[in-house]
Amino acid sequence: MATDSKPTSSLSGRRREENIMAWLFSAPAIILLIVFLVIPFIMAIGLGFTDQRLIPNPNLPTQFVGLRNFVRLLDDQAFQRGLLNNFYFVLVVVPLQTSLALGLAILINQKLKGMNVFRTTYFAPVVTAMTVVAIVWTFLYNPGQGMINAFLGAVSFGLIPPQSWLLDTKLVFPSIMLLSVWQGVGFQMIIFLAGLQDIPGELYEAADVDGANNWQQFRNITVPQLRNTIIFVVLATTILAFKLFDQVKVMTNGGPQNASMTTMLHVVEQGWGQLKVGYASAISIVFFLIVLFISIGQRYFLREEREVD
Amino acid sequence: MTQSTQPYSTEYRVRKATRNSINYAIMILLGIFFLFPIVFMLVSSVKQDEMQVVRDMSTLRAFLPVGDVGIQNYLDVFGSLNFGKLMFNSVFIMLVTVILGLLINSMIAYALARLRFRGRGILLAIVVALIIIPFEAVAVPLLLVVNALPWFGGATSWLDTYHVQIIPFVADAFSIFLFYQFFISIPKDLEEAALVDGASYWRIFWSIVLPLSKPIFATVAILQALAAWNRFMWPLMVTRGENVRPLTVGIQSFFGQDPRLWGDLMAFAAMITIPVLIVFLLFQRWFVQGVARTGIKG
Repeated sequence: MATDSKPTSSLSGRRREENIMAWLFSAPAIILLIVFLVIPFIMAIGLGFTDQRLIPNPNLPTQFVGLRNFVRLLDDQAFQRGLLNNFYFVLVVVPLQTSLALGLAILINQKLKGMNVFRTTYFAPVVTAMTVVAIVWTFLYNPGQGMINAFLGAVSFGLIPPQSWLLDTKLVFPSIMLLSVWQGVGFQMIIFLAGLQDIPGELYEAADVDGANNWQQFRNITVPQLRNTIIFVVLATTILAFKLFDQVKVMTNGGPQNASMTTMLHVVEQGWGQLKVGYASAISIVFFLIVLFISIGQRYFLREEREVD
Repeated sequence: MTQSTQPYSTEYRVRKATRNSINYAIMILLGIFFLFPIVFMLVSSVKQDEMQVVRDMSTLRAFLPVGDVGIQNYLDVFGSLNFGKLMFNSVFIMLVTVILGLLINSMIAYALARLRFRGRGILLAIVVALIIIPFEAVAVPLLLVVNALPWFGGATSWLDTYHVQIIPFVADAFSIFLFYQFFISIPKDLEEAALVDGASYWRIFWSIVLPLSKPIFATVAILQALAAWNRFMWPLMVTRGENVRPLTVGIQSFFGQDPRLWGDLMAFAAMITIPVLIVFLLFQRWFVQGVARTGIKG
């Protein structure tokens, strides 16, 4: 390009080129996001108000049914059980997993020999596919003479009788929670570890000089310094809890008697299993609104922190 | 160390040693908790006698490769379950998803981070907003979409293909955001110099920005690879036969058959897990960095 003769026009030419190049660079991602995320999302909202089926019946054209799908949700036992289970999961797993992850991160953040080995060990389940985890744990949960029954019997000197973990309506969901924590906690541990390593060492040195004990240092330095990381981990784990699907699908398919039903399992069961796309979309909208609410909460909390800074 | 100041007194050293031993004891116990299912899976997978696998499952023998040990279970999985095909499908889907994703997501992120163009602000805001929409919320309507999409050679549906498991996951708002954050943090000097020298934007992106951005490429690659490898719900819905099905769906379908052959199942599970564990051990530093970076959000 001859740029010397007319600096002004070549500048605007450069501008135009920059504009075109920017859209060319962005085009593939934009097109894919529109086709596979934005359009299906808009469709979900629209279809939630229709009786659309996955394979349309030519004799029964799709109709607008108003709020019928949402009204029907009020009577849908499986949907309510699924939603309740998701909240149950959040209530138990989020505090448990977050505090365990923080504890693990503090343990492996110490300057002791062999830390790499422990970090690797705690993280190994994260790289194991959830379908595999679900199958291995189903074997461990074997009723009668399974590993978990044998272990509990041994440590309680026979006081805990063998349980039918996955066949018992009360035990099935806690059993699934345990392996979910086992698989997922290493991920949060690493996020906390990164957060811990960002805390300036001087804070702890000053606290040492002042004679603060470990618990005081944890309460007054570690927790406040990790505030944003904790908020992120808590809310990310909450959103994951509402997406719960893989392990339940493999282990129990929601049973026995819907005791391990979840919202996503119900969406797939209705939309793909029974071909009721309209109804499944209505459930998806409810699911999305919950996730949206949590995400807005996250941004709100994090913004507040920035203003304080 | 010859100093005899207080930190090195006997009392201090004893206290420190005690505390360290307690620490190690706790960490080893936790290590057992995290490893026992994996060891259990590996050991059970080499026990060729199904009766023995079940007999051993409630004793410590479950963790010891004793009795009739061999690779028969692995051969069974290869022979009767077409494991090779499933493995190829999983690897192929993962590789193509990750490679296309790295290219396409980094390109738009580069434009957002570096180029001045009309609509940049809005585009960035939209990408960030899209992070909130989970795939799960759009999965069912997406089924309708892919069922009606054409493909080369006159196909009128994407069901039961490789591309239906790849293309919807290539563009990813969160990956774009990670790239964007990284690109705005690297100094512009080199790029500006190249621009003055008349280099094209593509050339600047390819030969200056990419080489400087290896860490973020590794991060996104690992997060996307893990997600692709473990993906289960979508392939379950869009694949029917074994032809294009990934390992996750394959093992679930084998798991659903009666009677459950635990030895074979554990061999199958081990073969899904071992390659990832090896890759993880080799590139551990990158895995850890990658995960840590997902927390640096908001």
